[in-house]
Amino acid sequence: MAAAETSAARRDTVPRLLAFNAKHYADKPAYREKEFGIWQSWSWAEAASEINKLAAGLLTIGLQPGDHVALLGRNRPYFYWAMIAAQTNGAVPVPVYQDSVADEIAYVLAHCSARYIFAEDQEQVDKILEIQDNLPELRGVIFLDEGGMRKYDRSRLYNYLDVQAAGENATQKQKADLAKREEAQTGADTCAMLYTSGTTGQPKGVVLSNDNIIKTAEASSDFDKLSVNDSVLAYLPMAWVGDFIFSMGQAMWTGFCVCCPESTETMQHDLREIGPSYFFAPPRYFEGVLTNVMIRMEDAGKFKQSLFHYFMDHARKIGGEILDGHTVSTSDRLKYGLGRFLVYGPLLNTLGLTKVRVGYTAGEAIGPEIFSFYRSLGINLKQLYGQTEASVFITQQPDGQVRSDTVGVPSPGVEIKISDSGEVFYRSPGTFVEYYKNPKSTKETKDKQGWVATGDAGFMEKDTGHLRIIDRAKDVGKMKDGRLFAPKYVENKLKFYPTILEAVVFGAGRDMCTAFINIDLQAVGNWAERNNIAYSSYQELAGNPDVYKMVQNHINEINRDVAADEMLSGCQIHRFLILHKELDADDGELTRTRKVRRRVIQDKFKDLIGALYGGKSEIFTKTQVTYEDGTQGSISATLRIEDAVVISVQETAA
Amino acid sequence: MSKQKAPSERQNSYVTADGRTIGPAVMEMKNITLRFGGVIAIQGISFDIHEGEIRAIIGPNGAGKSSMLNVINGFYHPQEGKIIYKGEVRRPLKPFEIAHQGIARTFQNIALFKGMTTLDNIMTGRLTHMNTGMLSQALWWGKAQREETENRAFAERIIDFLEIQSIRKVPVGRLPYGLQKRVELGRALAAEPSLLLLDEPMAGMNVEEKEDMSRFILDVNEEFGTTIALIEHDMSVVMDLADRVVVMDYGKKIGDGTPDEVRKNQAVIDAYLGVSHD
Repeated sequence: MAAAETSAARRDTVPRLLAFNAKHYADKPAYREKEFGIWQSWSWAEAASEINKLAAGLLTIGLQPGDHVALLGRNRPYFYWAMIAAQTNGAVPVPVYQDSVADEIAYVLAHCSARYIFAEDQEQVDKILEIQDNLPELRGVIFLDEGGMRKYDRSRLYNYLDVQAAGENATQKQKADLAKREEAQTGADTCAMLYTSGTTGQPKGVVLSNDNIIKTAEASSDFDKLSVNDSVLAYLPMAWVGDFIFSMGQAMWTGFCVCCPESTETMQHDLREIGPSYFFAPPRYFEGVLTNVMIRMEDAGKFKQSLFHYFMDHARKIGGEILDGHTVSTSDRLKYGLGRFLVYGPLLNTLGLTKVRVGYTAGEAIGPEIFSFYRSLGINLKQLYGQTEASVFITQQPDGQVRSDTVGVPSPGVEIKISDSGEVFYRSPGTFVEYYKNPKSTKETKDKQGWVATGDAGFMEKDTGHLRIIDRAKDVGKMKDGRLFAPKYVENKLKFYPTILEAVVFGAGRDMCTAFINIDLQAVGNWAERNNIAYSSYQELAGNPDVYKMVQNHINEINRDVAADEMLSGCQIHRFLILHKELDADDGELTRTRKVRRRVIQDKFKDLIGALYGGKSEIFTKTQVTYEDGTQGSISATLRIEDAVVISVQETAA
Repeated sequence: MSKQKAPSERQNSYVTADGRTIGPAVMEMKNITLRFGGVIAIQGISFDIHEGEIRAIIGPNGAGKSSMLNVINGFYHPQEGKIIYKGEVRRPLKPFEIAHQGIARTFQNIALFKGMTTLDNIMTGRLTHMNTGMLSQALWWGKAQREETENRAFAERIIDFLEIQSIRKVPVGRLPYGLQKRVELGRALAAEPSLLLLDEPMAGMNVEEKEDMSRFILDVNEEFGTTIALIEHDMSVVMDLADRVVVMDYGKKIGDGTPDEVRKNQAVIDAYLGVSHD
């Protein structure tokens, strides 16, 4: 027992953190999961006992130190336990995106030569059985839910509960072996391997050590003063590094409670019941929730509507100020208090965000309107910038310095430098060890001094020390006169308007920037309905002069915004047109994840780009389209080209 | 039609193509005739349903399939013929006896309580398993409390099984058609039936919903060992799911056997595709 205590005091591996928590927070809730309609919970002592049984069970069925253990399933306490049980054995957990199809997981499972796989249910087991011929190293599959598998060949299939029972009945020698395995580990050993989704080429296995994860967790927990009394809802994919840091790293370090929803569809409902104090969601989640709120308010009665808008206007004015601790007049504060009682409080309760003390969003740019909506309600929503290779944290926003257009200051322990080409490099305790079985990529990404290339272009703001990300480094170019050209920066700003679905900006090597616009059929359609504008198709609506005028106003606003930024003032849009068709993945213009394919679009609409730069005011064009059933057709249209108001840099200086 | 002994008349257990052992007959219908006034809905039909099998009844519109299902569950009593259920000849039943005999069903046109939630609808399926009096239930006291907890736990297992957690508290009237069908199946399962009757479980569903429903039907059969008799129009579904198939046309039985046997049966082909009269 004495040995266990000293090792727990070291706190340099996850199993040691578990021992620490089981000792110090024995009765505090560690995991919750809703099952059969009721929240089940496990204290740290109970969780440690479950995990130790499972770890011994894994040893009895043949798991060896250094083996890879893959996990396929949604967030459930059992999977978090499985990861720790594997780590106790000195094996490496590899969570995999569970909604991937068999072909996609086949690559990952073969690449890491998974020895054992935890699978949630029949659906996941079937995927593994389909590809097992390509997995010569595979020894066994451990499932949680037996449904539908009664007739399956059991020679390599194990029920989770049976493995645990085997662990309970392990011999003294096996228990001693397990203790030895646990004792042998150090902070430098691998904690987990996470595959990056890889926008180009095959996914890469990022090897993260115990030190990477635990030091990052420690620093980031201190940054936001996370404690054992916090709780988090684990609903984002387990294979994603964010979930690993929040639900494993920080939870193990601080001892806060990890809550798992009942199913993917019930997340919103479960969020409301749990009311976490620490919450992460991607921008599109916040956007979706806000849209929902607004739609439902439109259906509300007159009185409720006016009440909502009156107090929301007030919140927008001073909510953020109060949150940042600025001085606000007493009458405004009183009015905000009344608003909290009548509007903000009930709204937050419905959204399940009442108790959120620290909220983060990351991954893409978030619209300033959306961002300030949540902040004005009193939610401490902040942005961070990170990637798998950094164990998430590169920069984050400290309380009181939150803005929608930066990603914050370097996280504790992180150094940042900007290369001459504008690319962001970082070095930190969380910096990954290597890409698994890929020394070439490791070398390309991480240099000898430990600096890692992010692939993003950005700059540090001189007066605030905040990092601003402009674009992917490979997309950033120069205009003809040498000014910086960052298309995505401008496109994102355009896309924040609900009426603009997609925008493509051109200008590399040219003397001015131009843009293709896709309107959002639903948003603009609603607007047209309210204004009695009849239309029969996307094409007709897109060509409507009023729609053009609306988009033109948006672009003028954006230009004013962009001009204010000295570095990016060249990216103002001089001329634009609204495309006659929606950009579509079926036509190869977008990727399946709806990212713009610049090269394809440039080729396909060469005539339109020519017209934008050729000074024409309209152009006739004919475009090939692919319908959903795969048949080809073509549409033709005459498109108008409009000019936007451009502000010269001298003007803003004056 | 051939006069040889059809597989339907096998008295004892048999083993299916996929290796499941099917028990002896749980229900035998002998020369059933059902008339509504002058209309003969079912005419002299005999067949049986074995324990643990999936038995399909197919036939063109108006063939008498739904009437047959109503005879099986005791809602209609045939004018002629004998029904042997669990080894005993069944006499005409009163409605509460029908509910207690262990046969549950779903309906062609969904018959849920639209204003009640999914959970409450499924709980109504547990009604025959509740024995405490009205007063103690109203006061939620003593045995009634324990009983409701047990039944709720059972209902939750069904909700988990059918993967409908997200609609637990949603009134079923607001649900899409495919989900309503699933809730109806849930309510039937809640009764823990020994024989489950499904009247066109896939009608009006899209391909994906049909696949889901097929999987649930197979899982119910496998997990709970429930005997299932179903009526269905989608032939590919029937042929995949059923162990044996009865084919009806104009109230008569024109075929009976495994899906393969039925598919080759000339009378069945004629009934479905029509016969040329030249």
